[in-house]
Formats: sequence, structure tokens, C-alpha cells
Amino acid sequence: MADQQEILSGLAEIVNEETGLDPAEVQMDKSFTDDLDIDSLSMMTIVVNAEEKFGVRIPDDEVKNLATVGDAVNFIQSNQG
Amino acid sequence: MSERRVVITGLGATTPLGGTIAETWEGILAGRSGAKPLPEDMLERYELPVHFACTIAQDPSEVLEKVQIRRMDPSAQYAVIAAQAAMVDAGSPELDPERLGVAIGTGIGGVWTLLDQWDVLREKGVRRVFPLAVPMLMPNTSSGNVSLLLGARAGAHTTVSACASGAESMGTGYEMIRQGRADMVVAGGTEAAMHPICFAGFSQMQALSTRNDDPTAASRPYDTGRDGFVMGEGAGVMVLEEYEHAKARGARIYAEFAAIGMSADAHHITAPEPEGAGASRAMLEAVERAGLTAKDIVHVNAHATSTPVGDVAEANAIRRAFGADADGMAVSATKSMTGHLLGAAGALEGLFTTLAVHHRVAPAAINVDDLDPKIDLDVVRGEHRTLPDGDIAALNNSFGFGGHNVAFVVKSV
Repeated sequence: MADQQEILSGLAEIVNEETGLDPAEVQMDKSFTDDLDIDSLSMMTIVVNAEEKFGVRIPDDEVKNLATVGDAVNFIQSNQG
Repeated sequence: MSERRVVITGLGATTPLGGTIAETWEGILAGRSGAKPLPEDMLERYELPVHFACTIAQDPSEVLEKVQIRRMDPSAQYAVIAAQAAMVDAGSPELDPERLGVAIGTGIGGVWTLLDQWDVLREKGVRRVFPLAVPMLMPNTSSGNVSLLLGARAGAHTTVSACASGAESMGTGYEMIRQGRADMVVAGGTEAAMHPICFAGFSQMQALSTRNDDPTAASRPYDTGRDGFVMGEGAGVMVLEEYEHAKARGARIYAEFAAIGMSADAHHITAPEPEGAGASRAMLEAVERAGLTAKDIVHVNAHATSTPVGDVAEANAIRRAFGADADGMAVSATKSMTGHLLGAAGALEGLFTTLAVHHRVAPAAINVDDLDPKIDLDVVRGEHRTLPDGDIAALNNSFGFGGHNVAFVVKSV
């Protein structure tokens, strides 16, 4: 099981791969849309890559609740199988 | 409104001969072939009868960001590289985004993305299909991406007429400026169709050369030994600009885009009409609309793909259009070096036609060792031909499956 820090850095790698953003920018309090400028299409790719990396299922209905990086990290942490 | 004239002020390309138009033109003047062997694993897996193609010389990742590569089909990557280079060549002009347009044609569009993502769906399921699959595979993916990158808002268009697409898009750009919809248009064509299905499909038509023992000699338009075309890929883009606009900013003007002529054969879905009736009408229309006569045309960049039937049909069409005046036209067959870039072919050749007028040189075709007696044209081979001083004009021919005929005239300024 990955801890919070591992999930954050793993997610930062995925975001970097998809958008080219510096992984250091990907912090818990950052909003995907407002701070990181990630659109819904990129978000889908990030979600699917995160599912694969962390072995979780993130339902489409849940994605809209993941406003910040912290929301995603917490969701992944509490749903890891 | 007085007649708006359209001039060519920037050129950009990425081709089988080089990552820039300068390198490509150098290759053309040096008589280099862009043919290279295809990857072994692809040949073995699909047992393709053709073992070579004019693949692109430069890896796009040398120029584009990793994220751009991920989010654009190769056809759009090539278009973006060529369009950016063309704008730089035009002096990176600042203008109102609503006066800058885009017209990028393609023959096949995002075929790699379409088939890659189909493989992903079958092998890994729907969740793994890339959310950008649709905007990457659509034929207008290149004009959309170029518009986005340049902030061009006058309009972004995509012409699709098989191997005439690139030439037709230059006509679209020309019309946008003539009609006052834009002052500058980035216009051209792109193609990235080196997918096994394209080789398989064209092979089944018997359209491709199978000279596997000598790939650089395979593309040989007008030669008696020709046995089909050689697949090429890449993009060619020109910056078209309203004449007064170009003058006012002191732009370097390569030549004038003088007119375009178009017609359709309505004869057969792939075979050209053998007497060249439709093709000759397009050529005549272009010359007439340019306000010129056949005697003004000193050079033709022919479509000349190196197929046994197509080359003769075009030669007949040129004769039919211009009669004895065709004797005064130095005919170049640059596909002997670049291969056939399909939807980018007419665009890249439009760049060559422009440079031929600008530098007053008609490039020599390679591999024309034994000129087919059925070709009654002054084919430039062996050595380049110097074009005359004074006012000159040249014709660029492009034809596509579907019976599309496109010819445009470039003249000296």
C-alpha cells in the first residue's frame, strides 16, 4: 500500500507525463482546473493512468468530486485494493 | 474593393529529404532520393510486398515537446513543424489574429491514431482509449492544431481531395485572401500514412513500386521502367499574404500565387481519364485566371507519381491543354526524389514551384534513364534547367483519387 507521499509523487509523475507540468507544482492544495489548468480530457487520462498505477477504480461519477490534488490523493489512499 | 493580389512570403516543410525546406531544396538540387528501408519487424509481421518508403528525415521529437507528441497525431506534428517554420521564414509577422487564417489539407488524416486506438480498445478495453483519440484522428486535426498554436482566428480549413489536398488547400488560402477574409494564411498539406494498412491497401491496388532491390531507383516518373509510386510522408506549408500587406511590412516576396484551376474527371474512382480532358481543363483555367497564356508558362512541376498509367495521362493532358506551347515548358518530376507525399504532395511541390520561380531553376528528375516514348514533354533530367530572365510563370499540377484535378500558377514578382 502506498502512503500519502508516495501517491502524491506518483500522481505528480502522471500529471507531468500528460501535461508537461513540473511535478513540484503538483501539491495537495492545488486545484486541477484553476491552479494546474488541466482540462477534462487530460483529467480522464490522468484518472485512467492513476487507476493503473495504484490499482484503484475511480468511477466517472467520482471524478467531478476530485477538485484538488489532495482530493485525488485521499480518494486513492482510502480505496487502494 | 480593388483586386487583391496574393504573394508567397514564407515557406516551411519537414520531408523525406530534410527537417527544413532549405535542406529539402538542397536535396532536390543534389538529386538525392529520400527512399529508406522499412522496419524489419513490420515487413515480417505483415509480409508486405514493398520493403521501402520515403519516410520523414527528422524525428518530430527533436523539435516538439513531449506533450505535443503525445497529444497530436503524426500528421498534425508534421503540419505544426512546417507551419511554425513557414511563419518564422516569413519574418514572424505580428498581425491581428482575426486576419490570420489556416488551410491545411490531408489525404488520410489521423490514420495512426485511429488504428492505434482501435488496437487499444480491443486489447485493453474502453477505459484505456485516449480521451484525445477523436480530435487526433479527425482530418481537420492539423488545421485545428496549427490554428491553436498560431492563434489564427480568421478561419481554419481542411481540404480533403486525396493527393490533390495540399494543392487545393493552397487555393483555399488564396481565395480567403482574395475575398478579404484574411490578410495572411498559413496554407499547405500534411500526411503521415506509413501504417501497414496503407502499404497493404495501395499494394493491393498494384499502385506501389516493388523495386525492393534498389529503393532509391524505384521512383522513376516518365522512365520506361517505372512500376508504381513510392510512399512518402511529411508536410509542406507556405505563408500566403495580401500583396500590399506584404509590401507595407517589407516582407521578402518569393513569388506571386497567381491563380488556381480545378476540375473533376467523373470518369473512374482511381484511374485518370486517359486523354486528360479534366486535368487539361484545370490547367487551362489556372493559366487563364492568372491573366496569362501558355507561352508565359516556362516550368511545370508535374504530378508525375511514377505509375505506368498516371504519368502518360498527365503528359497527354499537358499536351492537350497547351499544344505546341508545351515545348517551351521545362517539366520537373520531383517525386523521383521525395516519393509521393499523398495529401502533402501538392503542397510540398507548390513550395518547389515557388523556389523554382524564385531561383529561376527547374530541378532535374532522377532515375529517368530511358524516357518513355509516350511522354511527349520536355522532361528536365540529368542537369537542372535555368529558367529565363524577365517575367516568368510556372504551373503546379496535382491530381487525386476521386478524379480531383488541381493546378495553380506561381509567377515572378
